[in-house]
Amino acid sequence: MKLKTLLAAACVAAVGSAAMADGAKVGMITTLSGGGAGLGIDVRDGFLLAIKQSGRDDIEVVIEDDQRKPEVAVQLADKMIQSENVDVLTGIIWSNLAMAVVPAATAQGKFYLSPNAGPSALAGQGCHPNYFNVAWQNDNLHEAAGAYATQAGYKNSFILAPNYPAGQDALTGYKRFYEGELAGEIYTKLGQTDYAAEIAQIRASGADSVFFFLPGGMGISFLKQYADSGVDLPVVGPAFSFDQGILQAVGDAALGVVNTSQWNKDLDNPANVAFVEAFQAEYGRLPSLYASQGFDTANLLISALDAASVSDADGFRDALRAANFDSVRGDFAFGPNHHPIQDIYVREVIKEGDVFTNKIIGTGLENHSDAYAADCKM
Amino acid sequence: MSALLLAEQILNGLQFGVMLFLMAAGLTLIFGVMGLINLAHGSLYMIGAFAAAGVAAATGSFMLALMASLAAAAAAGAIIEVVVIRRLYARDHLDQVLATFALILILSEATRWAFGSFPLYLDVPDALSGPVVLPGGIEYPAYRLALIGIGLVVAVGLFLLIARTRIGMQIRAGEADREMIAALGVDIGRLYTLVFALGAALAGGAGALVGAIQSVQVGMGEPVLILAFVVIVIGGIGSVKGALVGAILVGLTDTLGRTLLPVLFGAFLDPSQATAVGSALASMSIYILMAIVLVLRPTGLFRVA
Repeated sequence: MKLKTLLAAACVAAVGSAAMADGAKVGMITTLSGGGAGLGIDVRDGFLLAIKQSGRDDIEVVIEDDQRKPEVAVQLADKMIQSENVDVLTGIIWSNLAMAVVPAATAQGKFYLSPNAGPSALAGQGCHPNYFNVAWQNDNLHEAAGAYATQAGYKNSFILAPNYPAGQDALTGYKRFYEGELAGEIYTKLGQTDYAAEIAQIRASGADSVFFFLPGGMGISFLKQYADSGVDLPVVGPAFSFDQGILQAVGDAALGVVNTSQWNKDLDNPANVAFVEAFQAEYGRLPSLYASQGFDTANLLISALDAASVSDADGFRDALRAANFDSVRGDFAFGPNHHPIQDIYVREVIKEGDVFTNKIIGTGLENHSDAYAADCKM
Repeated sequence: MSALLLAEQILNGLQFGVMLFLMAAGLTLIFGVMGLINLAHGSLYMIGAFAAAGVAAATGSFMLALMASLAAAAAAGAIIEVVVIRRLYARDHLDQVLATFALILILSEATRWAFGSFPLYLDVPDALSGPVVLPGGIEYPAYRLALIGIGLVVAVGLFLLIARTRIGMQIRAGEADREMIAALGVDIGRLYTLVFALGAALAGGAGALVGAIQSVQVGMGEPVLILAFVVIVIGGIGSVKGALVGAILVGLTDTLGRTLLPVLFGAFLDPSQATAVGSALASMSIYILMAIVLVLRPTGLFRVA
């Protein structure tokens, strides 16, 4: 009897410890309120869909709202690391918040999987073995836009972006792959909502194309005003201003605009077809770029947990680096700085019935890494 | 820079200015009459834009949408005044700032709860879409031209209301001596609610008008609110005339600063440096303007005594 009890206890202990070893506690810090909430909600929903599909109940996800404020994100990260004792952090949308949270978290031995922000500082000299970016390095989509402009034969682009680090990265990225002349280069105020002055300059500049990076509401404002101004030069931009979440708000003004993205809902691979269908069934809306990134991030995490226990940091890191999961983008691998090597596609905004969405029309850059990988020593 | 482009930019600055005036007029009236700092004024702008987007999506009519924005913002303003603001008149400005800041958070999250986190669609009416050609060959969006017209008509209407009507007389009296007009039998509580609703309606209407060429989303009011405060500080707090002059000054300074400063620096710096320095300075230009005005006229241009 005594032996039996002991055995039973041992079994329970064994099962318990096995579950502990395989499971993980994930801290998700993302933007769920205020103007940028759409992005965070999509990342969260994509992430949770993948966890749900995996059927694993040993992955606990703690979700907190950073309100798009760096100081709030830092407090949440401290709380998650010190009192919640999470194994893995993820979720941050904005580069300035990522810069505030990621270096401290990885220095404390936590893993960070970025579903969106990819500031250049974390891809080059500031890279870290425990930091993995599952989306892109910030410059990537702009580089593809530059490559597309060159392919399309544009010779005289007018380029504009907000005056902040990601905006400067955007114009740098575009110019890295664009070979023509510049008709003009403007930095706008971050959060600017009226672009009449800039559009007048575009009209007067004699440009043959326009490249802009204006995320969120800035892009909506720019496109509506651009369409209304009667200037009809072709427009190129990164996917952020043409994403599923905001296209409906832009309306006809976005039709025909060319944009670059590492993902689109019409990518024909089994993982993506299943993802688009499951996301629509679960949430009743089309998935966005951000949702696909959240979904991939969770699947990367699950694939690594299948291969190694999170308590074995080296083994878990190797399992993450292997990226042994079916990405909804098709081929996916990590470069030496733990940023993706992937194809970046060229999409065009179309109207399907009443819904504005994107269609892939070509590939901007194939198996593209980033410009900072060489600076990363780890 | 050609004269044509300069003329177009002046029109842009004017249009930006008259829209700012609609925001600033309400803010300055509320401060002048009630002595209240209302940070939630931007939320009323947002409420107007959301009401317009909702009604436009349901009916397809921009006129109805505009009416709805005025009605919704005025109603929201009246409710807020009766439920919250009324308790704040006797308190100091810090309490008012705290309470109205709380209102911003409550109204933003309530709007997000009701309409979702994604920006809404609101477009310019078909009759005003696309550009028109002005004398001199300037191609200018018809809708923006209409905005300038509407803004100026509202400004004239507001002057007439304040200078020529009984309500306007009470408003002016309320600014000068609120105890005295209460003693003369004017229902001061009702007057306050009315002024607050009027200011709210102006903000809501501006939200709907501007929402059609911008993005209708949660938090859209706060950047405009900051500019509106700059406007009323420049114009003199409490003065509607000051709000108009201040708004147009701010609109022109901001627009022309954005376009002219990079060109100016381009004369003696290389292009990328000129762009960087010029745009950095341009984003400061209106605050520099405010500082200069405050040095020369510490109470603003048209301070009501």
